[in-house]
Amino acid sequence: MSGEAAIEAQGLVKSYGDVRALDGVDLSAPSGTVLGLLGPNGAGKTTAVRILTTLLPADGGSARVAGLDVGTQAQELRQRIGLAGQYAAVDENLTGLENLQMVGQLYHLPKGEPKARAAELLERFDLAEAGGRLVRTYSGGMRRRLDLAAALVARPPVLFLDEPTTGLDPRSRIGLWETIEGRVADGTTVLLTTQYLDEADRLADRISVIDHGRVIAEGTSDELKDQVGGEALEVTLEAAGDAEAAIAALDGFCSAPPERDGVVLRVPVAERKGTIAHAVQRLNDADIGIDDISMRRPTLDDVFLNLTGHAAEEAEEGEG
Amino acid sequence: MSTGISDTLVLAKRNFLRIARAPDLLLAFTVQPIMFVLLFAYVFGGAIETGGQSYINFLIPGILVQTMAFGGFVTAMGIAEDLRKGLVDRFRSLPMSRSAVLAGRTLSDIVTNAISITVMLVVGVIIGFGFESPFLHVVAGILLLLLFGYAFSWVFAFIGLTSSSPEAAQSLGFIVIFPLTFVSSAFVPPETMPGALQWFAEWNPFSITVNAIRALFIGDPAGNTVWGAVAWSIGIAAVFGVLAVAKYKRAVVR
Repeated sequence: MSGEAAIEAQGLVKSYGDVRALDGVDLSAPSGTVLGLLGPNGAGKTTAVRILTTLLPADGGSARVAGLDVGTQAQELRQRIGLAGQYAAVDENLTGLENLQMVGQLYHLPKGEPKARAAELLERFDLAEAGGRLVRTYSGGMRRRLDLAAALVARPPVLFLDEPTTGLDPRSRIGLWETIEGRVADGTTVLLTTQYLDEADRLADRISVIDHGRVIAEGTSDELKDQVGGEALEVTLEAAGDAEAAIAALDGFCSAPPERDGVVLRVPVAERKGTIAHAVQRLNDADIGIDDISMRRPTLDDVFLNLTGHAAEEAEEGEG
Repeated sequence: MSTGISDTLVLAKRNFLRIARAPDLLLAFTVQPIMFVLLFAYVFGGAIETGGQSYINFLIPGILVQTMAFGGFVTAMGIAEDLRKGLVDRFRSLPMSRSAVLAGRTLSDIVTNAISITVMLVVGVIIGFGFESPFLHVVAGILLLLLFGYAFSWVFAFIGLTSSSPEAAQSLGFIVIFPLTFVSSAFVPPETMPGALQWFAEWNPFSITVNAIRALFIGDPAGNTVWGAVAWSIGIAAVFGVLAVAKYKRAVVR
């Protein structure tokens, strides 16, 4: 499988009535990598996952997962994928152990294997003690862990995680991230949808930004950040009234027009080295008080705002 | 095919565990039928003329058939719940048989229906019901009741897949099936109904099944009603089985 894409989709189209949920989406994830699908609610992320996991037929386009066609080879493909959805899809009236055992039986693992595998996964997901308890006594984080464990029962080479950490507390999120990283280290290919940029930043090798059913940007986290621009100096002023003077004082640094948001100035700069010391001196000379000053590299938040912000401006122009 | 059967058994086991762990559900299969038997026998019994037959002997077959028709409501609620919780998505992403989730549900209904039949017959006998037919006819009658209940489990499976919530599934099932059971020969002789209702009651599969059970339990003249009842049950199971499985394949989370 090395070199071949584990997930490959071309021109996926799906409509619900008049709503075009997917409008020609291409996706690709080489074997053993994490593809992040980033987008706001209703962008089409879940629809894409549902098509790739054989739950929903596409209206157009084609997709192969683990070398199998999602339309014509669906039943074989289901042996090779694991899905953890937006909901913790576990049975509340079964114990953790029984849930995993049931999934193992439904994957048709050899006799004895479902139970052994269930025990092993409970251990790994820190649920060994709770394994004999009914799931309805579990916390939200425990349910998500169990749900993810269920997706891993058959050791699938391709894993689909649809917003796996939505609604989780920060500690549980980080725990889940570490588990996902562990799977990837073992060679699993992961497609991860998320609306959290830090999640995509941390886990994804490549990111496809999706909005209104289209991929509007694609690349590594760094490539996407570079599209927005390089580093910037961020200055928090003591008084908003000093903004004009501060911009004038920092004029020599600017590689692009500075942005202003209340007392915060954002000054794109070409060179990082020595910039802060130099800037502090200039502002001091101009007698401008500052609260805070730092260098900031664009985050995926900036990328996202930038990409979807453009879309919003176009829409407004269209209406006006 | 063999995986289809083993998948179905895996899911049927899941449903039994659920009933064992939420025993309040068992009330629906035990206390509720007893309540119906006692209410009808003692509240309406004295007022309804059943042509020489004791009302309790007239009533028990009718109320058994009604109870079988509603036995599948657990299937409707369970499936609606599985849809809402995303479990149906998980099952559909697994390499398992496409019909196993529904078949597992309807299979476990047979067991709970058997519990209901036992409870009601015991209570019925205590308050004066007596079989007036050969033992083998009684056995055949019980099998027919289970078959009829199984057919309606598939109706409920379809209702569960069509409803927006377990609560909606329950009330939709009630609205669809309750009138059918009442406009029938289950509780009163249809001859007492107005013309159109009487015509409906005579052709209603409930009446045909109730009449068949009366033939098998208390020796009413059978005519073709037993085979008619078997045919109706198989027909209903086949039609709603196909509809429900087709619906399941396209099911979406709500």
